Amino acid sequence: MTTQQKPILPERVFDFDALVHEDRVHRSLYTDPAIFDLEMTRIFGAVWVYLAHESQVPQPNDFVRARLGRRPLIVVRDSNGVLRALYNRCTHRGATVCRQDRGSAKAFQCPYHGWTYLNTGKLSGVPWPEGYSCDFSRPEFNLMQVSRVESYRGLIFATLNADAPGLIDYLGPVRRPLDEWLDRHPGGALEVREANRLKFNGNWKLLYDNSADGYHVVFSHRSLLMMENRFQEGDGKGMSYYKDSPDTGPVKLYSFPNAHHFKDKRDAIPKRPGALWAIEGLHPGMEHYEAALRRNFPDRADAFLDLASSEPVNINVFPNLHILGNHIQVSEPLSVTETATTWYGTAVVDPDGELGDALGPVNALRMRTQEQFPTFGEVDDLANFEQIQAGLAAEEDAWIYMHRGLGLPERYSEAEGGTTIGPATDEVFMRDYMRVYRRLMQTEPNIAPTRDVS
Amino acid sequence: MGAVAERDPSTSSWYVGDTFYRDLVEAFTDWDRDDLAISDPDRRDAARAFLEREARLLDRGRLDDWLALFAPECAYWIPGTLGRGDPRREITVAFHDRRQLEDRVYRLGTGYAWSQSPESRTVRSVSNVELFATGDAGIVMARSNFHIAELLDGDLRHWAGWAGHRLAATGGGFSILAKQVNLIDCDRNLRNPSLTF
Repeated sequence: MTTQQKPILPERVFDFDALVHEDRVHRSLYTDPAIFDLEMTRIFGAVWVYLAHESQVPQPNDFVRARLGRRPLIVVRDSNGVLRALYNRCTHRGATVCRQDRGSAKAFQCPYHGWTYLNTGKLSGVPWPEGYSCDFSRPEFNLMQVSRVESYRGLIFATLNADAPGLIDYLGPVRRPLDEWLDRHPGGALEVREANRLKFNGNWKLLYDNSADGYHVVFSHRSLLMMENRFQEGDGKGMSYYKDSPDTGPVKLYSFPNAHHFKDKRDAIPKRPGALWAIEGLHPGMEHYEAALRRNFPDRADAFLDLASSEPVNINVFPNLHILGNHIQVSEPLSVTETATTWYGTAVVDPDGELGDALGPVNALRMRTQEQFPTFGEVDDLANFEQIQAGLAAEEDAWIYMHRGLGLPERYSEAEGGTTIGPATDEVFMRDYMRVYRRLMQTEPNIAPTRDVS
Repeated sequence: MGAVAERDPSTSSWYVGDTFYRDLVEAFTDWDRDDLAISDPDRRDAARAFLEREARLLDRGRLDDWLALFAPECAYWIPGTLGRGDPRREITVAFHDRRQLEDRVYRLGTGYAWSQSPESRTVRSVSNVELFATGDAGIVMARSNFHIAELLDGDLRHWAGWAGHRLAATGGGFSILAKQVNLIDCDRNLRNPSLTF
């Protein structure tokens, strides 16, 4: 059973052709609560949204809480092993039925009146049913759930939109960097191991605007670059490759259909084992574990150390997934001016035992290499996002520019699948995603959650 | 000489390996036990004075003096989970060795750490200081609650939690072998946690 959701109250009407121009967008996209409310249906209700990684729900009955836009969800691997995204909202009066961040449960009982649901979403019992005249076996009393939930190689996405394309089609050419990122791990496998959890007082799109922005790096992250290179004769550690003339360097920006994009920094690193490790900043245990790996695995130490190093990619899947280094970074809009961004750390799991005794040291290093950027880099971006939000209080100074590279076609080339390739610092990915945003905001999606458990 | 300089914990990290991590996790497991509590008021007062001075140095922005409170081979650990876990296997809010503590202080001193521009103003309160013996007569564990009022660019906000200090007794004072900062919201999304806790 699917139900088309219609708005009950009249909505304000916005002219998104007037708010989104080719070279700039209007401040109200970042400041107007009514536009934010509309985004929760027309963006987060319309496209595939990243929810969780399968390693967070490895066994039947495992669950983890997530959000789809603002909707509180329980991502569960039900007792039959089926991945579901249940609304964490009792059908009866609306209370959340699950108040733990994660765990394992065959059923969820609402603490308020005791309505109980199996982890398939099916209502299994209500106290004193003789007080009701209705038939509780009908699906209308099951928990609502997102009707389309799919995993792409462990990455769990969901969409409420019955008319959305399949997940594979939605991802399109961004699958290539995603596959390459996954395949650099033995067995293509990884596991989420806690997170650097941050939030900021700013609109969620500030994060997406920044996600492939190579223009800000040497300015916003100046203190990090200085810190990472404080023992160096010249630069060379971390993101030093953005210095000097980034647009003529090997870093490339790929702008894909459906508002996804990819900043590929891999060509800035020499193609030899150990080259990634060589540009890592300085982390606890580096010298100790490197020496041990070189002693115990003289032929493979460089490859192992690279696995502990940050992969130089930013892969961004609209609207809320960022693969950055070794992180699975997820953004969650909380309100028009508040956004959570959670940097899930990943560990190598090595299903076929290729690493042997190197696995522990690789992950011990990899935990530390992952903490560095959120701790000493992202905090500065988030401070700048908050200051953008503060600056946008100026009503009559209404425009945000994203026109770097516009009118300079010689800076771009086209690749198959509707891909535009451009230089590191260009804002073409912002213009491309804002075009998609405008189209989505002008379209009412066919939001069709279900209560059908079959 | 070369080998010694090479192993300076301010410029290299040889001491952080499996043994160090294992001992650290062990030292912060099941330590604040009643049967290990030290009731001698002089010793407790000395520890309290040490922690109060640490808070004052941080409030006054005297980060180099604060660094000097730490042993050469030390750890600064802000777990990201209530169970605190093993930092080799999970991401933390922060895990620094000596070199990275100095990185932190260096970065804040560059003038380009935008998350601390303007610098936060803080007032720290340290309370409920308890002292516990360890198997090593020269090492004690201090448990204290903290409350930090922070003015961040015009917003007054609050941090709360408790800290575990593993302290080596040095001639008349202490030196921090490890500091574990347990934020009550360590597993929640934190707004601008760039403060030095």
